[in-house]
Formats: sequence, C-alpha cells, structure tokens
Amino acid sequence: MMDMEDFIANFADQFEDTDAGDIRADTAFHELDEYSSLIALSIMAMVDEEYDVQLTGADIRTAVTVEDLFNIVKARRA
Amino acid sequence: MGGVPLSIDAEIMATIRYKDVGIRALSACVPRDVVYNKDLGYLIPEEAIQKTIDSIGVRERRIAAEGVCASDLAYRAAMQLMADNQIEPDSIDVLLFMSQTADYRIPATAPLLQDRLGLPTDTLAMDVSLGCSGYVFALSAAYAYASLPDVRRVLLLDGETFSKIVNRKDTVDWPLYGDAATATLVEKGDFGESVFILRSDGSGRDAVIIRDGMRNPVTAASLVERKNENGDIHNGLEVYMDGMDVFNFAMKRVPKTIRELSEVSGTPLDAVDWLVFHQANRFMTDFFVKKLRFDPEKVPYCIDRYGNTSSTSIPLTMASELYGRLKDGDRLVMAGFGAGLSWGVAGLQMQGCRISPVIEY
Repeated sequence: MMDMEDFIANFADQFEDTDAGDIRADTAFHELDEYSSLIALSIMAMVDEEYDVQLTGADIRTAVTVEDLFNIVKARRA
Repeated sequence: MGGVPLSIDAEIMATIRYKDVGIRALSACVPRDVVYNKDLGYLIPEEAIQKTIDSIGVRERRIAAEGVCASDLAYRAAMQLMADNQIEPDSIDVLLFMSQTADYRIPATAPLLQDRLGLPTDTLAMDVSLGCSGYVFALSAAYAYASLPDVRRVLLLDGETFSKIVNRKDTVDWPLYGDAATATLVEKGDFGESVFILRSDGSGRDAVIIRDGMRNPVTAASLVERKNENGDIHNGLEVYMDGMDVFNFAMKRVPKTIRELSEVSGTPLDAVDWLVFHQANRFMTDFFVKKLRFDPEKVPYCIDRYGNTSSTSIPLTMASELYGRLKDGDRLVMAGFGAGLSWGVAGLQMQGCRISPVIEY
C-alpha cells in the first residue's frame, strides 16, 4: 500500500533549498522557486527507485499538485 | 576465418556476435575553443548555474569555429591515427562516417573524407546517421565489414558539431552539448567474441527532433525562433529535446539492456573492467551506475570537459579517459542511447588497442 506521507517526504527530498514544510499534498509543485527540469529528473529517478514506476514528461507536466503525481504513481503500480 | 562470420541469435533477436575482430586503434580531435558553463549568466539565473553544472556534470565544452565541420575534426583524428600507427591509406577498404551534422544534405560526407584522406577510389565509403546511440551501431557495422574475408581494415569516423544545431538560448541543450570527432580502426585479430544488442523504438520520435526537413518542408518560417512548452527557444532547424522523455526512455531501457548483455555474453557485470556510457548528462548515467550497483571507479567520464558530444561521446571518453589505463584483456561494455529512439550496448574484449592522445583543431 502506497503511503501519501512517505511519498511527500521522498518528493521533498529532491529539493535542497525548499523547506520540507512547504511541500504538502496540495502544493502546486511547478510553482516552487526551486523547481526546474533537473529537479523533475530527480523526481523521476526517485519514483523509479522507490516505486518502480517510470514517469513520462507528460505525467510530470500534467500533474499540478504533489497529490496528482502520487495518484499517477499509485495507479501505475496497481 | 571460415564459414559465416556473423551470426544472429535466432532465439534472442538482435543479439549480434562477432569473432576475432576488434578495435586496433583510437584517436580523437576536439576544437580549440572552450566555452565555460560558469559564463551562462545570460541564460540561467546566477544562483542556479553551479547547481546546473553539478547536476549535468558539464563544466566546459569545446565549440567548433564557424566553417569548421564535424568532418574537419574527423579528418584530423583520422590523420593522427594513421600517422601514429603507420597505417597506409590503401590498406583501408571501408570508411564509415557516423554523424548527424554532415557537411551537406547531398552528397554524403564519407566520399569527401575518402578523397581528403588519400584513400583509394576502391574504398567503400558511406555515411551512417543515427542519434546518440550511433557509435555502437556504426561500430557493429564496422565489425561486420571487418569480419569479411577480403576486407582488411575499416576506419570508422564519428564526429558531431551540435553547436551548429543548438540554439544558444535553449537552457536544456546549450549548456549540455559540445563538439568533437574520433577515429576508430577496426580489423581482424585475437579479439575473441564481441556481443552487440541494438534496439529501436520509433514511437518515441518526438523526444529528440529537428522538426523541419522533408516531412515538414523548410520555409522562411523554419528560421523563426519559437518557445516550446518548457519555455526554451529554438527554430525549426535546431534540435529540440524533451529531457524528461529521454530520461524516462533511458531509465527503462539502458540498465536493463546492460544486464541482458551481461547474461547473453556470460560476463557478470563485476567482471567488466570499463563501463563506458554515452555522456548524456552526469545525473542520468550516475543514476544508471547506482541502479546497476556497478563500481563507479570503472565508469570513465569526460563530460566535465567536453560536454555531451552526442554519438561521439563513447569513443571520445575511451580516447580521453582510457589513454594509458586500458590493458590488454580488459572487458569493456559501452552503452549508447538517444534520438530515434534508439539504443545499443556492446561487450568487447580489448586487445592491443593503441590510443592516441586527444588533439586540438
């Protein structure tokens, strides 16, 4: 069973300067100052390692919130 | 050499094996002009520059001067290889030129190089074009020709000048790509068995593309700069890359195919002495090394000084990083991947490979 809190923690780990407290389920992550295409690659690598799911560019682009991404990963694992 | 030298395994398709052909010599030529990524302040916010450098692993790159083509760099690399190894031009029967930045759309560049290098007119000379995976595919073609009884030597030139097809305002591609060329001499010898796995998935054609050409005719509008969905700028004759889709593709395919090569060649990964990746970007290939639980000490990089030189990056890494370090009997695995989509891995045994020091143009 995939846990939202773990996912958020793993997600927040990909950021260096952003306070982990600023990353919640409803955070529109594209709008974070530190977010970049390189952070996106880190997120893809994290999801591959932790959840064995390979996100596409479109997955990342269409997801607005962290929860959106969580739902994509969760659906793909099922 | 008896019987059919090339066998395609019927059960595992696209596993190609060659026996007793290999790389005899290797050389490389890079442009003299250095571009430093620390100077990218016009393109990337100052506070993000160091992070970008650390992530992609490119500190500086070499950029060819206007009017200097991939074939010019390849010509120099070839002349160096021939001089260092006393190779007579008329002992080369096949000349292959792998590039996505050829001199002209017509004619192919290989015949021009045949003439320039003083190779006889009975040389088979032709271009090979593919993506960043191109060297592995072209090397397989070189091995195939060199396996034939009447072919003595195959000279494979691989050169790229992406600086001519990347927009300087493109934050994805401009910090990444550099120019270089290499020469690889392939011939028969005591090389044992080499195994290649070469694969293709054209459904991913949009991941790395120059849009205008024949499918979308070149018009005046081709020269108009546009912003893509990531906010990066390029025109219809410049390369567009979706870094995320390339990463998605590579992480699905590359480590798995390397493991498969290890199985079909019967060489456990920890018996591999060198794992040479296409120098795509450091973050990506470091991730593959971690995923494969491979010893990072055996993974050479030249991306810090030369950037991503597309199909040239594997032989450039071998020339620049294995010079003086490569030993006879070393097992080398190379992995190329990129536009197409296309990916290839090869497991080679290195024997008497003479590497010339990298020269400047």
